[in-house]
Amino acid sequence: MNNIFNYNSATESETMSKTLNFIIFTTLFLLLSSFSVSANSWEDISKKAKGQTVYWNAWGGSEEINSYISWVGTRVKEDYGVTLKHVKLASTADAVSRVLAEKAAGRTTNGSVDLIWINGENFAKMKENGLLFGPFTDNLPNFKLVDFSGKPTTLLDFNLPVEGYEAPWGMAKFNFVFDSARVSETPKSIPELLQWSKRHPGRFTYPHVTDFLGSTFIMQALIELTANPEVLNRSVKSEVEFSKVTAPLWSYLNQLHPLLWRSGNSFPSSSSVQQQMLNDSELDIALSFNPSATSAAIANGSLTESARTFVLKKGTIGNTHFVGIPFNSGSSEGAMIVANFLMSPEAQMEKQNPDIWGDSTVLSITKLSAQQQQKFKALPLGVATLPPEKLGPTQPNPHPDWKNQLSTEWQRRYGQ
Amino acid sequence: MLKLENISLKIDGNPLFSKLNLEVNAGQVKTVMGPSGCGKSSLLAHLCGTLPSVFQTSGKIILHEKTLDDLPPHERKLGILFQDDLLFPHLSVGENLAFALPAKIRRHERHDKIEQALEEIELSGMHERDPASLSGGQRARVALMRTLLAQPVALLLDEPFSKLDQELRGRFRKLVFAHAVKNRLPTLLVTHDHADAQAAGGDIIAL
Amino acid sequence: MRLLPAFPFLTQLLFLLPIAAGLFGVLLPALGYLPDLGGDKFHFEVFRQLLEHPALPHAVWLTLFSGIAATFISLSLAIFLATMLSRTSLSGNKNNRMASLFVIVRRGLIPLIAVPHAAMALGLAFLVAPSGWLVRWFSFLLMGWETPPEWVTVQDPFGLSLILGLVLKETPYLLLMILAALPQIRAQEYIRIGQSLGYGNLRSWLKLVLPQVYPLIRLPVFAVLAFSLSVVDVALILGPSTPPTLSVLILRWIDNPDLSFRFLASAGAVLLLLLTLGALLFWRVSEWLLLQKWRNWLSNGKRGNRNEAQKLAALSGLLLLGTAFLSVLGLAFWSLSLRWPYPYVLPQRWTSRNWERHWTSIQETSFTTLELGVIAVLIALILVVGCLENEQWRRVSFSFRSQWLLYLPLLIPQATFLLGIQILAVRLEMDGTFLLLVWSHLLFVLPYIFLTLADPWRNLDTRFPQIGQCLGASPLRVLFRIKLPLLLKPLLVAAAVGFAVSVSQYLPTLFAGGGRFATLTTEAVSYAAGADRRVIGVYGFLQALFPWIALLLALAIPHWRFRNRATLL
Repeated sequence: MNNIFNYNSATESETMSKTLNFIIFTTLFLLLSSFSVSANSWEDISKKAKGQTVYWNAWGGSEEINSYISWVGTRVKEDYGVTLKHVKLASTADAVSRVLAEKAAGRTTNGSVDLIWINGENFAKMKENGLLFGPFTDNLPNFKLVDFSGKPTTLLDFNLPVEGYEAPWGMAKFNFVFDSARVSETPKSIPELLQWSKRHPGRFTYPHVTDFLGSTFIMQALIELTANPEVLNRSVKSEVEFSKVTAPLWSYLNQLHPLLWRSGNSFPSSSSVQQQMLNDSELDIALSFNPSATSAAIANGSLTESARTFVLKKGTIGNTHFVGIPFNSGSSEGAMIVANFLMSPEAQMEKQNPDIWGDSTVLSITKLSAQQQQKFKALPLGVATLPPEKLGPTQPNPHPDWKNQLSTEWQRRYGQ
Repeated sequence: MLKLENISLKIDGNPLFSKLNLEVNAGQVKTVMGPSGCGKSSLLAHLCGTLPSVFQTSGKIILHEKTLDDLPPHERKLGILFQDDLLFPHLSVGENLAFALPAKIRRHERHDKIEQALEEIELSGMHERDPASLSGGQRARVALMRTLLAQPVALLLDEPFSKLDQELRGRFRKLVFAHAVKNRLPTLLVTHDHADAQAAGGDIIAL
Repeated sequence: MRLLPAFPFLTQLLFLLPIAAGLFGVLLPALGYLPDLGGDKFHFEVFRQLLEHPALPHAVWLTLFSGIAATFISLSLAIFLATMLSRTSLSGNKNNRMASLFVIVRRGLIPLIAVPHAAMALGLAFLVAPSGWLVRWFSFLLMGWETPPEWVTVQDPFGLSLILGLVLKETPYLLLMILAALPQIRAQEYIRIGQSLGYGNLRSWLKLVLPQVYPLIRLPVFAVLAFSLSVVDVALILGPSTPPTLSVLILRWIDNPDLSFRFLASAGAVLLLLLTLGALLFWRVSEWLLLQKWRNWLSNGKRGNRNEAQKLAALSGLLLLGTAFLSVLGLAFWSLSLRWPYPYVLPQRWTSRNWERHWTSIQETSFTTLELGVIAVLIALILVVGCLENEQWRRVSFSFRSQWLLYLPLLIPQATFLLGIQILAVRLEMDGTFLLLVWSHLLFVLPYIFLTLADPWRNLDTRFPQIGQCLGASPLRVLFRIKLPLLLKPLLVAAAVGFAVSVSQYLPTLFAGGGRFATLTTEAVSYAAGADRRVIGVYGFLQALFPWIALLLALAIPHWRFRNRATLL
């Protein structure tokens, strides 16, 4: 190698061979560097991402979450020069439709969505139709901090393998919210909920099944009421199977609905509406997907100070929420920067703070440094949050097939 | 000289008047008289070039050897005075006068000319006044000055005296005709009032 | 000068072509043809699917009921108020009090028009909710309810609160149209004749003036009917959700992640168009039938009381005004409250935090709203002034057909042709562009600006431009130095109206903007879904504030500019 740079030595033939070596070496060097470019080093991604604008399509129905996303925007701008714009959705399906429409129209670059808050059947839809960029999570340095073993839903979204096409950023667990100033005894199971409603008619309801919380309640009830909940982990085999498995659910709901708010003739259109109804004292029990959301809401003035949470004895559904990148995003590097930041200990800590949002972390605390572990442990629990040991077992989400068919059948039976 | 050759005016096929021939020399005043509805004002509108298209016209208008028929109204250099003073409400007295001055006259000269004009009609110092704050007679005088400042080559009068009371009428008539003579403007007066026609002193044509 | 005919031509191009394209673009998928999604044959399957959809019959009924009822009530109320507000001669002490009351109502109702309907709906939602302001006052003063009563008010299944929300906005609009049309038919003189013949004010109005003024306001009434049938944002906020009106159903189908629902949405949009046309036809036929039946009534000689229904009119006017005022006030209070639980009548804890927290977003959305509105208004003004000038210089009179053309975007349901345009725009990769967004707003801004500006423009004494020309000013100079300054107030008022229309647009921003542009209205409606009344208060109030400021400027600027000009004040 030294010879290449030592031009002062001997004969013409030596010079020729030195030049040849030089050419070979340079070519090899270039080839190798191009390899690492296509392997997308984090450095390259960061470089490309600088100056990009990322349109993050995410549900905008919660003030606390919107403020958090705003904070994320400030941070990625500071550290990476990425401009984050929060496109507030009423429903994730809006953005999925848009990407699908763009694909159908042949728009393969510079799509209108760069990052999308996604999981479950929306993820299934996007993956099926080839709408997602990736796999990309292996490129993200913070991905290895995720607690895969303790939180299997980070790899299996509604029983579908993620395979690197979406990056996890928060944990959700279905729970109930109630006003402790007005409710002294809370039900511990789905049948007990019916009994409670008999004693307090019109003081409970669940959101319309098109809202994710509404459909989760239905599925939660189904898990508890059906004879063999294991069948829910795979797709629906036949109509006959569907009718058989869901029969107890419909008979339960037929009894429950007349005891609900407005006698089940009308359902709140979303979880936020339902929370507001609890706030307005129109309801005594409501639903939530985030065990700490209630504490955050109290801190924010969105719920009364006497609001508290409870779970069902047999356990409740839990899952992970992710961010995905559409295939035609023009700022995929910027999107990856954001996805990576969301999984950073700093962002996860901020998120878990019940004064901010209270959403649980996807990270494995043991994989963090001692200092970071301390900080996590120091996070307050929140006045209305149940401590981890009281949260009960986590049940997996049924296969998206069940959710889709349940939704359709519910709408057919109970009001479009 | 202002010359009207075989001017006919029709509306919806019905003739108002036909083959009107008229010659007015510089400084001369001729009067056209007729009952209401006979087309007097329409004649003046036609001369100005602002006649609505529902009318059909024929004939030629010649001013100082130049045919006016194909010229747009703003190039005809025909001054007109209406019954109403029609001073622009959004401009002050001075601004109204300034509007009439050709653009090529520059700042200081403009100012001087306006002051001169105001002095002539005994309204010095009224440059900034709102036209609505002036009396009817004052407004009529400003309207006259405005028309003259545009340096017209002929003058058309559409019953400009009828809205003034008797006392003002005489004085204003004298003022108008004096200026017409002084500036050597061929002047055409349209009216149904005999006293006006008499005061004009020139030929009277009946429509 | 030679350019002038270009203006009407350009305007028509701007309207006709894209609307036709939009209708075409929505008809094709409705008939099964959307190659991008695998539909490559024409068939009626989609319509069959639509007609078999369980939600459809109720949605159709709800749409028709709420739309027609809202229009009928608004029109009746507007006529009723017009009979009282257009009076000039009132004598006697009792009448002086009544007169000043009417002046208040009249002055208050006109600014109401500037409030965007979404903001009004948001405010009304809080006002009449079971845990809302009215109930809280009622409970505080009388009942002492601990929990809200189990009434169904907002989002009630019969659409009554939807109807109320629509009436609040449409009555002032129709009233304004009536009042503007009155001078054209010399209403005052006819009233005087009627009164001298012994008929009371109300009867004179109904028997003499209404038959004459109604044809002049027919198009505005049709616009109101079409709007009520196809409105989306107010229906989202106040209308029932299960099942909703047809337009909301269409929106839901568009949002469905299962793309095959696009076909259904297109078919629904076509159905909405047919419903609208049917409703317009029904209305027209009803007019005729009513006239036949009541012809006798017109000349049956029954005179009625001298001053009947005066008090009722004043009351209804005040009620309308009060409801609207309280709705917006509620929004303002919520924007400043930290915590305002039931049954407190005023916020329990006040704060400026809501405004602070959203300040960057407020700035951004306000800027977008402003930018969009100003540009759309400017373009519209230039086009309208051009068309009006063309009218005058070419001495072309405004044909009846052109007026219908102008109203076209207001008569076709927004959801219908905007959906078609979006489908086309995605194809042409034009969706989400600012240009398309401005155009979509222009489509609605221009008719209103034209309607507001046309009469004052045409009524300007034509001798002023004539004199200007005779003084040597070219037509361009006449336009800029004489016409525009003299019409400053109508111009600014038209601009303010156009701006208000732009601010209140929801679907156009959503569709043409492709989700990239957030205006105050889209933010307010999306926050409405989130149900946090504090944020709703911030955006709702801002949404109402902007047009008000524009209107204020439109009235203040001429007042200042012409402070020394008595005739123009």
